[in-house]
Amino acid sequence: MAPDTSTRAEPTRSAAVDVVGLGRRRAAAFVAPALVLIVVFLVFPALWTLYLGVTDYRLTGLAATHPHFLGAKNYTDVVADGRFHNSLWLTLEFVGGSAVLGQTVLGFAIAWVMRERPAAVRRTVEALVLLCWILPGSVVAFLWLALLDRDGGTLNAMLGTPGTAWLLDHPMACVIVFNIWRGTAFSMMLYTAALGNVPPSHLETARLAGASTWQTLRDAVLPKIRRHVLTSLLLVSLWTFNDFTPFLITAGGPENRSEVMSAYVYRTALGEGRLGFGAAISLVMLLINLLIAFAYLQALRRRRT
Amino acid sequence: MDIPGRPAAARLPLRPGSLLRPGSPLRPAFRRNPFRSGPALPAALAVLMAGAALSSCGGGSSSTDPQRNAKAKTFTLTIARNAIVGGKNSAEAEWVTKTVIPGFVAAEKAKGLHVKVVYHGYGVDDEAYKTKTALDLKSKAGADIVSLDGIWVGEFAQAGYIKPLTDVVGPRADSWDGWSQISPSVQQLGAFQLKRYGIPPSTDGRVLFYNKKLLAQAGLPANWQPTSWNDILAAGRALKKLPGVTPLQINAGTAMGEATTTQGVLPLLAGAGAEIYSGGKWTGGGPAMKQVLGLYQQLYGPGGLGDRKLQEEAKGRDKSFEEFASNKIGVLLEGVYFWRAVLNPKDGIAKMADRDQSVGYALIPAMAPGKGVRGQSFVSMSGGSVAAVNPHTRYPQQAFDLLTYLNSADAMKARIAGNPEVTSRNDVNAEALKSDPFLTFVAQKVLPITLFRPGLAAYTQVSTALEEATASVVAGHGPDDAAAQYTKKLEGIVGGPGHVNAG
Amino acid sequence: MRTALRRIAATTFVSLVLAFFALPMLWLASAPFNADPKINVSLPSFTLENFRVLMDDPYALRSLRNSVILAAGTALVVVVFAALAAYALSRVRLPGRDVLLYLLLLLSSIITGTAAMVPIFLLATQLHLVDSHLGVVLVLSGGLLPTAIFLLKDFTDATPASYEEAARVFGASPLQTLRHVVVPVIRPGLAMVGIWTVAQVWGDFLMPFLLLRDPDKAPASVIMYTFYTEGGQPDLALISTFSLLYSVPVVAMYLLVSRRYGFRFHGGIKR
Repeated sequence: MAPDTSTRAEPTRSAAVDVVGLGRRRAAAFVAPALVLIVVFLVFPALWTLYLGVTDYRLTGLAATHPHFLGAKNYTDVVADGRFHNSLWLTLEFVGGSAVLGQTVLGFAIAWVMRERPAAVRRTVEALVLLCWILPGSVVAFLWLALLDRDGGTLNAMLGTPGTAWLLDHPMACVIVFNIWRGTAFSMMLYTAALGNVPPSHLETARLAGASTWQTLRDAVLPKIRRHVLTSLLLVSLWTFNDFTPFLITAGGPENRSEVMSAYVYRTALGEGRLGFGAAISLVMLLINLLIAFAYLQALRRRRT
Repeated sequence: MDIPGRPAAARLPLRPGSLLRPGSPLRPAFRRNPFRSGPALPAALAVLMAGAALSSCGGGSSSTDPQRNAKAKTFTLTIARNAIVGGKNSAEAEWVTKTVIPGFVAAEKAKGLHVKVVYHGYGVDDEAYKTKTALDLKSKAGADIVSLDGIWVGEFAQAGYIKPLTDVVGPRADSWDGWSQISPSVQQLGAFQLKRYGIPPSTDGRVLFYNKKLLAQAGLPANWQPTSWNDILAAGRALKKLPGVTPLQINAGTAMGEATTTQGVLPLLAGAGAEIYSGGKWTGGGPAMKQVLGLYQQLYGPGGLGDRKLQEEAKGRDKSFEEFASNKIGVLLEGVYFWRAVLNPKDGIAKMADRDQSVGYALIPAMAPGKGVRGQSFVSMSGGSVAAVNPHTRYPQQAFDLLTYLNSADAMKARIAGNPEVTSRNDVNAEALKSDPFLTFVAQKVLPITLFRPGLAAYTQVSTALEEATASVVAGHGPDDAAAQYTKKLEGIVGGPGHVNAG
Repeated sequence: MRTALRRIAATTFVSLVLAFFALPMLWLASAPFNADPKINVSLPSFTLENFRVLMDDPYALRSLRNSVILAAGTALVVVVFAALAAYALSRVRLPGRDVLLYLLLLLSSIITGTAAMVPIFLLATQLHLVDSHLGVVLVLSGGLLPTAIFLLKDFTDATPASYEEAARVFGASPLQTLRHVVVPVIRPGLAMVGIWTVAQVWGDFLMPFLLLRDPDKAPASVIMYTFYTEGGQPDLALISTFSLLYSVPVVAMYLLVSRRYGFRFHGGIKR
């Protein structure tokens, strides 16, 4: 199950268990405030939800007051559902295309290029990218519908292709490009901050040694920000996996061709108030997320040694 | 106000990482919890869990005596509705805050009582409002008077969130003089298993709207009234000759959510002679359903008379409104809402300046004369909201006073002044709608033949199954296939073939 | 020659990025000034009427203030608590630390939220946190903290402990060391986590909506969802206009934070 990373060797610190004399007691005191909030408002509802997942609990109706214990039935129902397989596959496409490739690469590229641009250019670009990220999903949906509309859409007007229904003809491609637009800000911010932690002297040395951009990135930058790369990959993968916004643009259609996981959960469970079933699917999703996290952890460990 | 069919797209606004969504085997991690401050935490967790499991009492009253606090001289009541000033249902919210509340407070003051009435207006997506209301009632808290969509009454009653009015306020609930003004069929909106749970203030209906200019160009009369599905299709074929015009549009598919069911499948099904739920059974994919899906095939199949893409797009319903307003759709099956709030030249969302001259309306015909449900020749579907008294109110008697004040003839008249709508009260309708031919048509011609959706928790799932069946036809599958799929799905939802009426 | 080419490439890249991110925004730039906007970009007959309507709206401006309260409160709790926790977890090796972090991260990242809302709501009712901004801040903080700790731990891990040892030698307490030695070094990370938190809270609808009863306390993300008709059709004029007002504070905050606390910190300590 959970990758036990605590036993992994950490060359820089394994010898020094407590380098700055914090002491276990003080360390515990430092962690306690966060831990209390997490336990009360995250772990506790989590366990409760886990319990709901083995019942037919609903928000309303008879099952709201007298939920029945179903055992594993919710889970077997999910796993046997062809639509679940369809949406799992689409979700992997969605995560791979928009989060792993799109957001990470574009986010890093922007952070890297902006280092050397004038402050005005940098702030403009960063503010614009950030704006795409902070606008509420409902508004963002209108923006993209206006862009891709088949009659009056901006894209069709620019390309001279009136009447092309992008969202119906290429739903997954639209959703992937959309999510790159939507989520690149986070990767950009993380890499900007991480690059800020790379001492300029390293880059200077590389430049003086006549290294190409690629060599500089590989030899001077990447080793310094590797952890950040993996963190960013992990987080954007998890978030994208659970992202609901595509539903606002395609409603999962046509014919379920863009029904990613969150749309599937919504359409099969939550829209109908079947909270028990929804809780069960979310645990299945959590296990898949666990696999993703495990894969990243493996990558992290391999690179370390 | 219930108007079914918000686009599903507006339903669940979620952002990555912004919501907690737990559910994982945390115990092992916990046992390894290294912190010395830790031992308290699992204990605290256990206490919390036990506490929450034992009692879930909120701020409300745990007494069930209808006469509790009946003699209070000073009290506060709260009204909650899905209406907010400046946003959704703004006129309704203004009516509550500017007319009802001051009026009620003054009337009570005349009786020597000091009342404070608080208004909690939300004005969000219906699904979100439903969730919030259910959670409030579940925790025995929330407003004293809550407004519900009529189709939620059954599921809320089954969950024990609301109770029959006579249980909450006593026998006086049945002797309210307003009941005589509300026709029995409309009273059903607020009833479940023959008991009244609340008062429905208004209702609506579904009709065929048509563009008179386009129909004239196609050689059809200005007072068009089809008497069978064939009449509708014939008009569609005539309209199809006009360039750039979508002849007929009847909601289908999953993207439109409940609009597909209420403005599509259910009126058509009634026209084919079946109700979705009757005699304790749900209607499966039998002959009536196949007729309905067959009609959809004529609309959205190859060379069909409707625009298939509108039914697949996420905002297809909004677009259909815009297209109708700009003379691009011939005939559209919609609710009263379409006339009153969409095309309204004053403040509609797809204003049509010449609405009163150019838009006609006709009753929805049965498949053929006399073939509709109960032998009707014309059919419709209606909905509406219901105001109920929170069973955990601290002041049941006073809350009922406020509830009846809200639904008095005078308050209703004030509500629809300047914003006409079909109320539940016949006395108000007869007087106030005189000057509005469309609403008079609805009150006099549509309401007598209309049907209501079953207010059972399973309905939302059945509705989804119906949407999927139509989506499958829109996508090109045959009606028989779609009907068979639907039957299978329905049986899974309602607990086996025993609960399904195959005929 | 090489620098010239590089500059051209960079300029092209910047232009493309600007175009890609700006193109969908055209609607947001035009619709608020249009009296009757549709779902497509059109040159408006310029009007400020939509802004005037919003100024008169009893909830619109107040909701922005509520959003600031919720976002600032949550950001404060999350940044302070996460910094403390991340520092301790980074400097003291505790068994099971990483597993715990990963598990918490997974818990908080699954989004659907709707199934968990019943437990959260009933819990908040028990703790008398319903209808208070504090309740929303605490509930949201609980969900955001694991990710924040995870992010910040990367930053603290990447800074060498030698300065802290030096500070210790000079008799600084751990809290002083954290404040005067560690915080300046991980400031880009703190700024990022702060902005991330604000953005999350700013856009969140469901939790504030469910946990707050009085509409006077509702944040802008909730009020945004009220600009629809009874049938769920959007009032595009008000939605677009309010979106514009809604994004101003966050973008301004970002510009302020990035200017003052810079993501570009090359603190003297590391040179």
